[in-house]
Amino acid sequence: MIEFLVYVAIILTVFAIGYLVRVFELSSSLKGSKPHEITEKDNKTMGKIMLTFLVVFFLFVIWNLVKFVPKMLPESASEHGVGLDWLFNFNMAILFFVFTITHIILFYFSFKYYGRKDNVATYFPHSNKLEMIWTTIPAIVLAIIIIFGLKAWNKITAPASDDAIVIQLYGKQFDWTARYAGKDNQLGASNYKLITDENALGMDATDNKGADDIVVRNEFHIPLGKEIEFKLNAREVIHSAYFPHFRAQMNLVPGMTTMLHFTPTITTADMRKKPYVVEQMRAINARRAERGDKPEEFNYVLLCNKICGNSHYNMQMTIVVESVEDYNKWLASKKPYFNKE
Amino acid sequence: MENHGQHTQAGHHDQHGHEDDHHHEESFVSKYIFSMDHKMISRQFLITAVLMAFIAMMMSLMFRMQLAWPGEKFWILNFILGDKWAPDGILDPGMYMQLVTIHGTIMVFMVLTGGLSGTFSNLLIPYQIGARDMASGFLNMLSYWFFFLSSIVMLMGFMVETGAASGGWTVYPPLSALPQAMEGSRMGMTLWLVSMTFFIVSALLGGLNYIVTIINLRTKGMSMTRLPLTIWAFFVTAILGVLSFPVLFSAALLLIFDRSFGTSFYLSDIYIGGQALEQTGGSPILYEHLFWFLGHPEVYIIILPALGLTSEIISVNARKPIFGYRAMIGSIMAIGFLSFIVWGHHMFITGMNPFLGSVFVFTTLLIAIPSAVKAFNYITTLWKGNIRFTPAMLFAIGLVSTFISGGLTGIILADSALDIPIHDTYFVVAHFHIVMGVSAILGMLAGVYHWFPKLFLRHMNKKLGYVHFWGTFISAYGVFFPMHFLGLAGLPRRYYSNTAFPMFDDLVDINILMTGFAILGAVAQIIFLFNFFYSIFRGPKSEVNPWNSNTLEWTTPMENTHGNWPGALPVVHRWPYDYSKPGKEQDFVMQTVPLAEGEVDGGGH
Repeated sequence: MIEFLVYVAIILTVFAIGYLVRVFELSSSLKGSKPHEITEKDNKTMGKIMLTFLVVFFLFVIWNLVKFVPKMLPESASEHGVGLDWLFNFNMAILFFVFTITHIILFYFSFKYYGRKDNVATYFPHSNKLEMIWTTIPAIVLAIIIIFGLKAWNKITAPASDDAIVIQLYGKQFDWTARYAGKDNQLGASNYKLITDENALGMDATDNKGADDIVVRNEFHIPLGKEIEFKLNAREVIHSAYFPHFRAQMNLVPGMTTMLHFTPTITTADMRKKPYVVEQMRAINARRAERGDKPEEFNYVLLCNKICGNSHYNMQMTIVVESVEDYNKWLASKKPYFNKE
Repeated sequence: MENHGQHTQAGHHDQHGHEDDHHHEESFVSKYIFSMDHKMISRQFLITAVLMAFIAMMMSLMFRMQLAWPGEKFWILNFILGDKWAPDGILDPGMYMQLVTIHGTIMVFMVLTGGLSGTFSNLLIPYQIGARDMASGFLNMLSYWFFFLSSIVMLMGFMVETGAASGGWTVYPPLSALPQAMEGSRMGMTLWLVSMTFFIVSALLGGLNYIVTIINLRTKGMSMTRLPLTIWAFFVTAILGVLSFPVLFSAALLLIFDRSFGTSFYLSDIYIGGQALEQTGGSPILYEHLFWFLGHPEVYIIILPALGLTSEIISVNARKPIFGYRAMIGSIMAIGFLSFIVWGHHMFITGMNPFLGSVFVFTTLLIAIPSAVKAFNYITTLWKGNIRFTPAMLFAIGLVSTFISGGLTGIILADSALDIPIHDTYFVVAHFHIVMGVSAILGMLAGVYHWFPKLFLRHMNKKLGYVHFWGTFISAYGVFFPMHFLGLAGLPRRYYSNTAFPMFDDLVDINILMTGFAILGAVAQIIFLFNFFYSIFRGPKSEVNPWNSNTLEWTTPMENTHGNWPGALPVVHRWPYDYSKPGKEQDFVMQTVPLAEGEVDGGGH
């Protein structure tokens, strides 16, 4: 029935457009206007709309900033992330300045120099001096941006220290597994050919280094203030381990091991108490209540950020940052994979 | 064809040459279907691209509805997609992936590469350099038909049972290589690869033709430094395409081998569907390198023609010479060159060597310099102009705005350290849609409005054009400006739903706002479609040089003559930007007007 109505509606729309066209043609031929010639009045109107757009656009930008910035990620929970956030804001300040200036002159010129009948444009084909200026200034600004950026990059990508805690993160369609290296801080060997339903990581039982390895799912814990080195592996397709709160990300690539490391600086419990986070969670839980979902507490999460299949959007893993003592207690409660009783 | 042969004999012409064309009967097939005339091929490209763009836009509306109102039932989705892909009107996750993948592929390749270059390179190269036609009309015809075939095969994906390709438009293996990984990697992916192969053939045939034509068929007096910037942009674009598309072809070929013949170029140590695969030793990173070696020049293949069209339109309608003509040529060439050594900035977090990453940061940020020069030169061209706001001019100014705002966020993304936390989030989606998608579409629409009289000999309606521009421009910013904030909130792209993680629950306002603007934008495009098709048949006939332009295409009569100029080919005496030159009677001097005594050519160089 509904399909039939849709077809009727489509046919009626076609007829309606046909009639509109005829009305439109008749009225324009009556007025004798040339529907393509641009008059001075058109120029003036468009010039004014250009200026109006400039104002409305900047109001929209400011409204966006006021409304949406409080929904952004909370302060960085990792050591390097603090510097990254600063660098981001520094660059954004420069860019926002350029954005504002260029847009003001672009739309202001469009308004100021709208075409008048008796006016003639100024013949101004080039100026070496001006072109020199706007080649040099961007070059200098970019040099500054590059220097700051590469300094941060080199620091972040430098190898992890030797006493960093080693954790393997294993991604497959569509979940995560974390594997702790245990007391020896060395991961045992694994081989994709050993994978079974039971041994999801394909861990090699004959490798002594793996005897104390601990495997956890759904949630993993990391200690405050300690450097963590993640070794990343994927089972079948590329995934990406994205830690938005820690400003860290690295792809998982089948056939190779990739690495990333960071040092958490705020525990989950402390983050939950930050006023910014409290306010965000209040808004989030209000939304959830509207939908009829139960309220949630703030959690650090690990997201998959490389398209990996139909359920890419739902690869869940919670990260808990806690004090070293709590972390040790938690880890001690877990049994190594190969001596499950 | 004999008449055509006569035409190419420049100088041996009399009135009869013109008359002959009217007696020269062409069959319907050779005139409208397998045409070898650059103007007809240009129209074919344009109309195909407009239809493909409309289809791809409708796809984006469908997934935008899912993102704004996840899990909501929309009978219209069920009506369009059927019970399998939208049961009860709720979009299926697999369909969501297909829609984002094919939306991206169509927009990037069919609309903004094939459609943009195909339409305007074909239309303007022979016209603006003073040639009778392309160097090879036959290859040109093949170029269109391969493009057409490619478009059809791309859409056929939706008609197979397992659906179209759905691994994202970049189709990274192993996801795209393993049929077990997702339904979209089965038949749909094969069709995607076949379609791309046809597309690459089309792009190469077209590109080689454009290069050869520009080098060899310029009319007397048309030196390289008298070419309009449109032609310079098409020229560099074609070179980029010819150098980079074969690499995409090799990437696709290796992927076909991996999919069908058990090779392991991209595959290694994979366990899927309950079994360990034999393949070992390959690497998906190889694919990423090959793909982005095309992929990055590709974004300049998209944006350069749009910038070329804009240069011409801004100059004509500001009634001023384009500011810094030679600097503009220099920036086009610099951007073209640099575009080949920046591809690694798509791969900062793939596990590529961090030092290599630093090199790519440096080369990528260098591109900002020629881009800044172009933006400043556009703005200076407006300064003290006498701006005539045709719809084309509005779109061109819109392009300058989006090119700046999208380009600026590129500086953040090119900075490897800053890229880490926002890589693959909506910040990236916002960035490239504004700088490449919206800018190139605005440039293309500017071109359509400006050259409509040369395409279809008629005018489009200006008022509908105005409404179309403001609707498009406002909704483009309305969709893509708030999108940056989603990325800064940590929201990854290509998520079917944002409801799986509580941290994204409060972003629903932003998504609804964006979808609202997207619907507004679609309405504006429907106005355009009406104006476009209506004006093709019933728009008012255009005079010979409606915009008082200097370039050669406006010296031809307003009719579709084979060979473009009924008489001898025009002879060029000056650069194309003598607008409002002091001491001239009119505010434009066509390129065919000889220099007066003592007059200097080329804007005082």
